[in-house]
Amino acid sequence: MPLNKLSFDCPSSNTLRVKLSGDWKIFAGLPSESEVISQLNSHKDITQLTFDLSEIGEWDSGLASFLFHLIRECRKRNVIINHQGLPAGAEKLISLALKVHEKEIPRREEQLSFLEKVADKVLHLVSSTLILVSFLGEIAIAFWRLVKGKAYFRRDELMTILRRCGADAFALVSLISLLVGMILAFIGAIQLRLFGAQIFIANIVGIAMVRVMGAVMTGVLMSGRTGASFAAELGLMQTNDEIDALQTLGISPVEFLVMPRVLALVIMMPLLTIYADFMGILGGLFVSTTMLGLNPVEYWQHTQSAVKLSNLWVGLIHSFVFGIIVAVAGCLRGIKCARSAEAVGEATTSAVVSGITGIVIATAIITFICQVLGV
Amino acid sequence: MDKTSQPVIRVRDLDLSYDDYPVMRDLNFSVNKGDIFVVMGGSGCGKSTLLKVLIGLKEPAKGEVLYDGVNFWAQDETSRQDMMRRFGVLYQSGALWSSLTVGENVALPLQLYSKLSAGQVEEMVELKLALVGLSGYAEFYPAQISGGMRKRAGLARAIALDPDIIFFDEPSSGLDPLSGRLLDDLILQLRDTLGATIVVVTHELASIFAVGTNAVLLDAESKSMIAAGSPKDLLTNSRDPRVIQFLTRGQKQGVN
Repeated sequence: MPLNKLSFDCPSSNTLRVKLSGDWKIFAGLPSESEVISQLNSHKDITQLTFDLSEIGEWDSGLASFLFHLIRECRKRNVIINHQGLPAGAEKLISLALKVHEKEIPRREEQLSFLEKVADKVLHLVSSTLILVSFLGEIAIAFWRLVKGKAYFRRDELMTILRRCGADAFALVSLISLLVGMILAFIGAIQLRLFGAQIFIANIVGIAMVRVMGAVMTGVLMSGRTGASFAAELGLMQTNDEIDALQTLGISPVEFLVMPRVLALVIMMPLLTIYADFMGILGGLFVSTTMLGLNPVEYWQHTQSAVKLSNLWVGLIHSFVFGIIVAVAGCLRGIKCARSAEAVGEATTSAVVSGITGIVIATAIITFICQVLGV
Repeated sequence: MDKTSQPVIRVRDLDLSYDDYPVMRDLNFSVNKGDIFVVMGGSGCGKSTLLKVLIGLKEPAKGEVLYDGVNFWAQDETSRQDMMRRFGVLYQSGALWSSLTVGENVALPLQLYSKLSAGQVEEMVELKLALVGLSGYAEFYPAQISGGMRKRAGLARAIALDPDIIFFDEPSSGLDPLSGRLLDDLILQLRDTLGATIVVVTHELASIFAVGTNAVLLDAESKSMIAAGSPKDLLTNSRDPRVIQFLTRGQKQGVN
């Protein structure tokens, strides 16, 4: 394959002749038009550009791209271009490309200064908070209408979602809580063995799982599993005009789509949390009896005496709040999703991130309140 | 004014915007009872935004939409919802609710707004599905039927409550020529049998000439309505090159 080559000469004082030879193909790599432009810059008296392509070999859109950019630069400099000698196909391609007028573009990414970016973020935060508050308000109204029997609510839909976020999540919740219980037991054992107080592993695992860890782990799992699926589902419904179709029929999407999801998670989360607590304690028991040589009956009795009913209530309050957070984050992101595949992906990610962040913040707040109340 | 003599829909000095960006200015047109009114225009000219304003999903930037002389956007939300019950809308994708079967999709508006018993609703669903040629598909989920069938099922849902006005968003898009033609025939039959007024938003020329009794052409460049009248008249009589180009797919340049 003959190598492409670019050379120049000046047949007259005001004319620059550009000579192209060899193969001009994308895969071979191409010389830049900047070489010609620097020639134009250095010879200010040049008013005309001609081409000599007599020795050109094979070419593709690489040649057209080179000529297209060169012609545009020449036009800017008022240099007349003599198209003679250009291959007919390349000329057609170039004229097609040059024919496209740059239309008015509605919105363009503007270059913002640092202060403008900060202001933009603050305004975005304010508007997101307002959207969240109004969405919570809509859910509260829908709930009130449901209590009064005025809301449009499909029981079948609730049952399906209950199954999806309850029974279908069972295996995952079992595995994760069992492992978390085992991990807690291992960590406790390392320290407590120093004092010969291994039996207190039962207290650590029991209290930690029932009071907070069971709820937090279930919340995080549900956020990644159910919250994400809510966001994707509603986001896709938004792109398919299904939500518009509800609105034109006068059906509130919050009543029809959001309420069953929020209710399902609020019902299922505490139940899954109790199950997760039990599985966590079982994990601790397994490690303590098989690896640390503790008596299972003694372990169980220690757990029973350590875990107070107040711990269980605190855990259930956590799970109730997490249920609301995960469902609201998933549904809000889905309902507010823009109409594109990329936006559905973003809504899903954002639902999981907001869900987990919400869970951590809520845990901190509830822990602080319990501390102050001495619970 | 006598209710029968005034247009069913009247659009007055309407400005449309998309995310604060103006897309169309000064729209003025009327749709008469029994019309199949076509909103034509190239991609991105604001046809779908206009449809959203007409069906109550998006507030206009300026101007009025009157249904039988009543200013739609000046009403409170409850009255607007009541007015919207007169509409049937067929969305571009059919927009069937994916968690419900085809039959449940058609039944939902009837359960919500009619006083029919469960058995009567079932019979009504059968009738509406038969009207669109989908008898026997009530138990299928939207994902189990073809794109053309989803559109027809969406149409059965749109006509569930015998609406006065049926809106179609790009009815033949994504359909093969024959299915598109069948849907056009269905639009004509529905107008004749239900006595509904029909508004079709499309850029498909075959549909425009097959069903349109009246039309407006929106132009993205000038952000305005550049022609109004029957599509066939516009093709023969218009002297605006943009109108001729649009209606002949650019094959004739038109007269300046």
